[in-house]
Amino acid sequence: MTTFTDNLLSFGRLLRRSGFEVPVGNVLDLTGALTLVNLAVRDEVFHACRTVLVRRHDQLAAFEKIFDAFWRQHGNPFASPATNTTRDAQAAAASVPVAAAAIHDGELSNEDQVGVEEPTAGGLQTWSDAAALARKDFAEFTAEEVAEARAFIDRLAWIPGERRTRRWIRGRGSRADLRRALSRSLRTGGDVLVIPTRRRRVRLRPLVLLCDVSGSMERYSRMLLHFAHRVAHQHGRLEVFLFSTTLTRVTRQLRIRKLDAAAAAVSDAVPDWSGGTRIGPALQQFHRRWSRRVLHEGPVVLLISDGWDRGDPKVLRDEIARLQRSCHRLIWLNPLIGTVDYAPLTRGLQAALPFVDDFLPARTLTDFKELALHLNAVAADSRRRRLKDS
Amino acid sequence: MLSGNLAGDGVASISDLEQRLTARRYVADRGLAVSLYLALRLRRPLFLEGEAGVGKTSLATAVAEAIDADLIRLQCYEGLDVTHAVYEWDYARQLLELRILEATEGLERASARRELYSDAFLIKRPLLQAIDPARTRPAVLLIDEIDRADEEFEGYLLELLAEFQITIPELGTVRAKEPPLVILTSNRTREVHDALKRRCLYQWIEYPSFAKEVEIVRARVPQAAAQLARQVTALVQELRSVELYKVPGVSETLDWVAAIATLDRRALDIQTVEETIGVVLKAKEDIDALRGERLAGLLERAMAR
Repeated sequence: MTTFTDNLLSFGRLLRRSGFEVPVGNVLDLTGALTLVNLAVRDEVFHACRTVLVRRHDQLAAFEKIFDAFWRQHGNPFASPATNTTRDAQAAAASVPVAAAAIHDGELSNEDQVGVEEPTAGGLQTWSDAAALARKDFAEFTAEEVAEARAFIDRLAWIPGERRTRRWIRGRGSRADLRRALSRSLRTGGDVLVIPTRRRRVRLRPLVLLCDVSGSMERYSRMLLHFAHRVAHQHGRLEVFLFSTTLTRVTRQLRIRKLDAAAAAVSDAVPDWSGGTRIGPALQQFHRRWSRRVLHEGPVVLLISDGWDRGDPKVLRDEIARLQRSCHRLIWLNPLIGTVDYAPLTRGLQAALPFVDDFLPARTLTDFKELALHLNAVAADSRRRRLKDS
Repeated sequence: MLSGNLAGDGVASISDLEQRLTARRYVADRGLAVSLYLALRLRRPLFLEGEAGVGKTSLATAVAEAIDADLIRLQCYEGLDVTHAVYEWDYARQLLELRILEATEGLERASARRELYSDAFLIKRPLLQAIDPARTRPAVLLIDEIDRADEEFEGYLLELLAEFQITIPELGTVRAKEPPLVILTSNRTREVHDALKRRCLYQWIEYPSFAKEVEIVRARVPQAAAQLARQVTALVQELRSVELYKVPGVSETLDWVAAIATLDRRALDIQTVEETIGVVLKAKEDIDALRGERLAGLLERAMAR
């Protein structure tokens, strides 16, 4: 193999090792692209590689670093001296299938390691165990109880209702389906006997989870993470954000199938685990960075926090109000509800509560079960009304 | 090959493309020019992402002019379906034709079907127009704001972008003689599926640097005084460094310069800024947060640039 090909393949491997997804087709594309730019000009080579290999904005910076390192190490890796680059690239293209097979093999064996699903825990053994566990505070759970609780959460159906989309499909509805009417009329000699109709398609409403992981929530965050992981795999259209002083999106991390790996990825991603709480500014960050991307399909938003906010109550109120205006339903889950003598008296919470649709407990498995039922109940009702004040 | 209708046939090199774009008052940076050149040469769709108002859509307009092609635009929205994106049968005329056929020659099924589902009753929407084999001029197909369409539509695009062909059940498969240059844009209101991106070249358009943005403003709003162009651009750049709900894009800069020039001002002062701030800041919270001293401070920093 030529240096050109070698370098191309090893560049691909380097990227894969750094977490980029580089399908073999892309490497082939790159051989084509590199014949079209001036290989002596670093800038052109860089942009050609980038436009073919990178597909996500958040990977641009990482790509640049890797490219830099690779370029420095090899000293213009793609300009092979005194050879016709076109022929070289063809040679590269020809040798790619072999490399491709090798790559595929590698990927498969990786998958073997990852793809094995953990056996589901046997569930709650006896009724009395279950009853006791169901009312137990998450903060006092042992490791085994956490596993049982996960199986329990798994059995609940997380269906936050449906949303009527703007797409029309065939079915009983109000609009005539002229296309089908015409094609059927041909069968009956040009007469329209029945007018087929169309209706709006409905889709599962998305869920957005905003979860407080500050110091005061520490005892609950492990269980809440399990909850988020389970719902993410069951519901499929869940966005998850964790916050304490700043906000981190962990949706991608929670898509990892194995809980342990997902949890590790999440804790790597969150810079300020168990820090202070500033719900207002965290929500502000959410609105500026993410709301346009995750709130546009009218989701149900679950905000999980104990409400111990050290920030300005006015900021919290404004941000909560904005959040409520831009989602279908805003549900505040508070692990402190249900503990002895709890009353939502912090100034921030007082300011925010008028803008929350439901204020519900999230301390025990029974609470989660009721939350699931509640979601199903509000699902049937598209109007916004408060079901329960606590 | 001068007479061909292949998109971008005459473009000789990356710098040639850059010059052609500049002649159409579009200032492209190097990365974008490379991507665009490769898209033309490799016949691959170009997927453009970037914040709102950085010039994704206007690139398509400029390219179409630069390579002397027709621009065919499809604006995406939720619920966009085949009847609006690809083709639709003209039912009213078909029904009428059916009646005429019946009255004149009696209805014979096979021929009626042939007559009714022919080109004459087909309404071609943008995607079909772009790959119509009857085209005589090259085409640039702009699929704008793909993130607004729903996932079903993305799935539909996969076939089109891979094969440049569309299947109409009643008529057969339509295939482009020469594939158009396809440009897709997204504002990232949601993540577009990877399968679609994988078929495309990808380019992220940044907010331009100060010098570049001044260049863009001078090219696009030539009637504004040079001093005004510099000052307004500097202030917009300052605004982008502040945390805002809605960050102003290049198109806002252009609107703002044009607006202030229309008011016959040749330089920027705080009063003018306050009067016209609605052109550039479009969220009430942002205007409330900046009005007064903060805005004056930003203006001062901008004037010092």
